Amino acid sequence: MALETIDAAAKRGVLAVQDYALLSARALGNLFRRPFYRTEIFMQADTIGVGSLPIVILTGFFLGGVLALQSSSTLTQFGATDFTGQLVSFSMIKEIGPVVTALMVSGRNASGMASELGSMIVTEQIDAMRSLGTDPLKKLVMPRIVATIVMLFFLVIISDTVGILGGGMVSVVMLGQNGSQYFHIAYQSLQYPDILQGLVKPIFFGFIIATIGCFYGMRTRGGTQGVGRSTTQAVVVSSVLIIATDFLISRFMIGIFGR
Amino acid sequence: MTPVGASGAATLPEPAPPPGSPDEAVVAFDNVTISFGPEPVLENISFRVRPGETRILLGPAGVGKSVLLKLVNGLLCPDSGRIIVFGEEISALREQDLFQLRGSIGTVFQEGALFDSLNVRDNVGYRLLEEHLPDDEITRRVTEALRFVELEETLYKFPSQLSGGMRRRVAIARAIVTNPRLILYDSPTGGLDPITSTTIIELVMKQRDVSRTSSLVVTHRLQDAFMLATHRFSREKNRMEPLPPHQADPHTSFLMLHNRRLVFDGSTAELVHSKDPFIREYLA
Repeated sequence: MALETIDAAAKRGVLAVQDYALLSARALGNLFRRPFYRTEIFMQADTIGVGSLPIVILTGFFLGGVLALQSSSTLTQFGATDFTGQLVSFSMIKEIGPVVTALMVSGRNASGMASELGSMIVTEQIDAMRSLGTDPLKKLVMPRIVATIVMLFFLVIISDTVGILGGGMVSVVMLGQNGSQYFHIAYQSLQYPDILQGLVKPIFFGFIIATIGCFYGMRTRGGTQGVGRSTTQAVVVSSVLIIATDFLISRFMIGIFGR
Repeated sequence: MTPVGASGAATLPEPAPPPGSPDEAVVAFDNVTISFGPEPVLENISFRVRPGETRILLGPAGVGKSVLLKLVNGLLCPDSGRIIVFGEEISALREQDLFQLRGSIGTVFQEGALFDSLNVRDNVGYRLLEEHLPDDEITRRVTEALRFVELEETLYKFPSQLSGGMRRRVAIARAIVTNPRLILYDSPTGGLDPITSTTIIELVMKQRDVSRTSSLVVTHRLQDAFMLATHRFSREKNRMEPLPPHQADPHTSFLMLHNRRLVFDGSTAELVHSKDPFIREYLA
């Protein structure tokens, strides 16, 4: 009995991965097939990118500030408070900026995508769209993937910038450090691989957020309760995948560039 | 055609293909079976819809009527059997090719399935917008379709601002705006009050008698089904009127599903005179 349950759960899991891979592949394949829904991409970019801007700026600023506070208190023990800027910029650009921004965007948009598409499924709007001769993967999924990847890339840059500024403000105003020294060290210590690492991650994270959000939305079953379930699953799975992928990318990049 | 089945759980004796070549039928089902679990939902279903014909699909709730409609426009794929629509075997078509084929099929969903984020004009003209027709042309054709369902004034309203009956009428307008060769109605009167239901049935009848479009109408409301069979739409009076006593529309016939099987395929007269206990009980 227990074996049968494990067997069924394993099959469901494999099937889900297969469905996810198919959805992602078909949605990406639609990038090269007409019609190209340019307007939908811009609309999604506005919702995902511009809509997420306030939370990204706020979280970025306070994260930079708290990083400065924490690292400064540790560095004081070694008499190295001058390196606060380096720690803040390193952490923000390589890890905290991309991961926290992705988690914020995931909480806001993966859930939004899952609930929007899920509601369309349970009210037969997706069936209606297919009946009207439109591929929902092309019209609904592909624009969300493109918009999320592009906008998350820029949101991470904004978050990094605001975070370093927040760290600078805390260092100067609260910790009494020299502002020009903070920014000088923050800038000088950064190398090309650090920037690259920080800019590669949002591309993967954006893909995860959009495909997971759309995947759970498109497989919603069971009315409004199902929509709620899909929304929760989308946020949980995308968050876990973002952190797991972050580890893999970091390991890979450190392996290549040695830092 | 004759009534089939002899018991409460009656079934077609053997799924022999119905008479007529599949090529001349708008829709042809040959031994179609579909399951969502261990038990089939529909089993060995065979029937035809010929050009200009209206087929009313009856059956208790949950028997698989909506599933059958979704099979017709390829939203679901059968486990076995052949489904031929406009001469093409859709069970063998790729999703990409099905999008083309669906351009000739209008579908009215159970709750209307209008897009929440679009106004009535864009909902009705959705297909035209996708074809990038000029704006004026879209507005003209949408207004024409809305005039047919007598809802011209709702052009720029959103679905949330419409009543249930109005949403159903807009859904009919959306289904007919491209002059499809086949219309599928999935319980178009479900959940509506009797007066609004009559209005919707009158529209279905108007489409049948004015445009002679082939259609498949799913319903579990007998009064709607018999109204369709025993009335005609008068263009002169612009309303429906009853046919002379003991007469039924010759282009309207019935299908009945029970226990996964098609238990009846025939005319109005054959249905009402059926000796099948299940059919008699259903009609009682």
